[in-house]
Amino acid sequence: MITAKQMFQLRDTGGAVAISEEEAPLSKERILRSQGEEVGALGKMQVKDLRAWFGKTEIIKGVSLSVADKRVTAIIGPSGCGKSTFIRCLNRMHEVVPKAHVAGRVLLDGVDIYDRKIDPVKIRSRVGMVFQRPNPFPTMSIRENVLAGLKLNGVKVSRPDELVEQVLEQAALWGEVKDILNRSGASLSGGQQQRLCIARALALKPEILLMDEPCSALDPIATSRIEELIHSIGKVCTIVIVTHNMQQAARVSQYTAFFYMGELVEFNDTDILFTKPGNQRTEDYITGRFG
Amino acid sequence: MHQTRINHSKEVPKLELGEHHGKGGRNFGDGVFKWMSAVFAASAVFLLAAMVIQMTRASALSIQRFGFGFLVERDWNPVQEIFGAFPFVFGTVVSSVIALLLVIPIALGVAIFLSELAPGWLTKPLSLLVELLAAIPSIVYGLWGMFVLAPWLLKTVYPILTQTLGFLPLFQGVPQGNGRGMLAAGIVLAIMILPTVASVSRDVMASVPKGYREGVLALGATRWETIRVAVLPNVVSGIVGAIVLGFGRALGETMAVTMLIGNRAEISASLFAPAATIASMIANDYSGASDELYLSVLAELGLVLFAVTLILNIASKLLVWRVGRIPGAERSL
Repeated sequence: MITAKQMFQLRDTGGAVAISEEEAPLSKERILRSQGEEVGALGKMQVKDLRAWFGKTEIIKGVSLSVADKRVTAIIGPSGCGKSTFIRCLNRMHEVVPKAHVAGRVLLDGVDIYDRKIDPVKIRSRVGMVFQRPNPFPTMSIRENVLAGLKLNGVKVSRPDELVEQVLEQAALWGEVKDILNRSGASLSGGQQQRLCIARALALKPEILLMDEPCSALDPIATSRIEELIHSIGKVCTIVIVTHNMQQAARVSQYTAFFYMGELVEFNDTDILFTKPGNQRTEDYITGRFG
Repeated sequence: MHQTRINHSKEVPKLELGEHHGKGGRNFGDGVFKWMSAVFAASAVFLLAAMVIQMTRASALSIQRFGFGFLVERDWNPVQEIFGAFPFVFGTVVSSVIALLLVIPIALGVAIFLSELAPGWLTKPLSLLVELLAAIPSIVYGLWGMFVLAPWLLKTVYPILTQTLGFLPLFQGVPQGNGRGMLAAGIVLAIMILPTVASVSRDVMASVPKGYREGVLALGATRWETIRVAVLPNVVSGIVGAIVLGFGRALGETMAVTMLIGNRAEISASLFAPAATIASMIANDYSGASDELYLSVLAELGLVLFAVTLILNIASKLLVWRVGRIPGAERSL
């Protein structure tokens, strides 16, 4: 069977990354793949009938899915389908926008993050986020940027320098910045800034890392570096990535959800979704007939 | 493709600009408009220059007679023709500094609340209300100060200050019977410059990109931490600009200060004591100044005030412009 990755590698002519061909051991996890919320023991996060609004406009219209632990789950769909809003609901960032509200349940290790007793600040330190536009803190140095989350959460680090090195190494940035750690985070290039933001999120050892179109503001080379990075981090950390780039979804993820008009149309193994989509709209979208 | 385009343009008859409107039609209007606006723009510069020249000429006599010593002379005795600007420079600066010290925490609080914390429905009406403070005429502030503020200060505030902070020379001495003095003027000035400082500060805070706030929030920051980490470090220069702008206004404010400061050309350590500012001095004395020298002295006082406020305003404008240069913010990716 030809995999989605191989399919897109055949289609792509330039700029694509050669990701190691090692396949994720999916067989056990197929229980997760079907529509909706069939919850497997491996689910790190379960979303149940999630609805989100801006004012009176319903953006997310009842979505249920399960996010597998230590895997990369991609969310694809045309612009305005609610994919960004959806992942912003997973760390309670949606509600910081005026007039936005959320209904439904999001279980993180079985605990509803929308429970009234839960402090959203705590959730955000457990569920990290990387944004579309790189947003390193311009008044802080590279080093301070990496340690910012720990400082905010009052975590004492015994050897901060080691941690900075380790995290930047993990974010594939150490080699480029090891001699300029005291320069402003804003002095880096766009791609480096985005990797710094990933490092900043990783320093908190998040249980889940949400990425909202992390490459949409970057050039192809920077994009390929981030994709490699997602691939390697995805083995130790649960990742949910929103992307409008289907090739990217196929390259980096093990599971893919297709959103359309605020609804989850199809959720499956990435390979299956891209090669044998079970829904006509999914097929139309991935073959480029709309969107 | 390229070739066809060139051919196409050859076939179409060339239209001269302005052809539809007869000779010179549209272009002529453009030219007139350009020159007219240039003249208006130049007139502002011309006015400023003309004022400086006129005021310098009017104060020539005083400048000749007293020279630089005018600024440091502490005596003011028109009868004996001793004129020193120092008590007025002192009064101007001190009353404005009092106003600033009072207004900075309040204005920052208002700005942070309006730009970061207030629920959406409250932001607009509240901003409007704060800005409305700027619309109240100076003389109304003066009246309110005379009839409400000064008596209240005399009865309630001065005694408390004397009891608690009386060991400082600032809060010693017997206030005037009507409560007017340096502190009263400073408080009214603070209220008068609050809208300027608060609304400029709010605007610079609102100019901080949303991404910074979200970046901090997503790391598990509380609201206050978000303000402290994402907003404040990026707006320091803008807020300094807002404060300097307010300072400039306080320095030049005339009517309310004249009504409240007590108008005595004295230098006292006590904030309860009456004093005078450059502006209040001119307002009080210009009608009574008959001889040429006295008028010339008042003109020089005006020149000094003008120079101080001009420098401060330019400094504040430069600082406010710097806000546009938040490092990294201008870098579009």
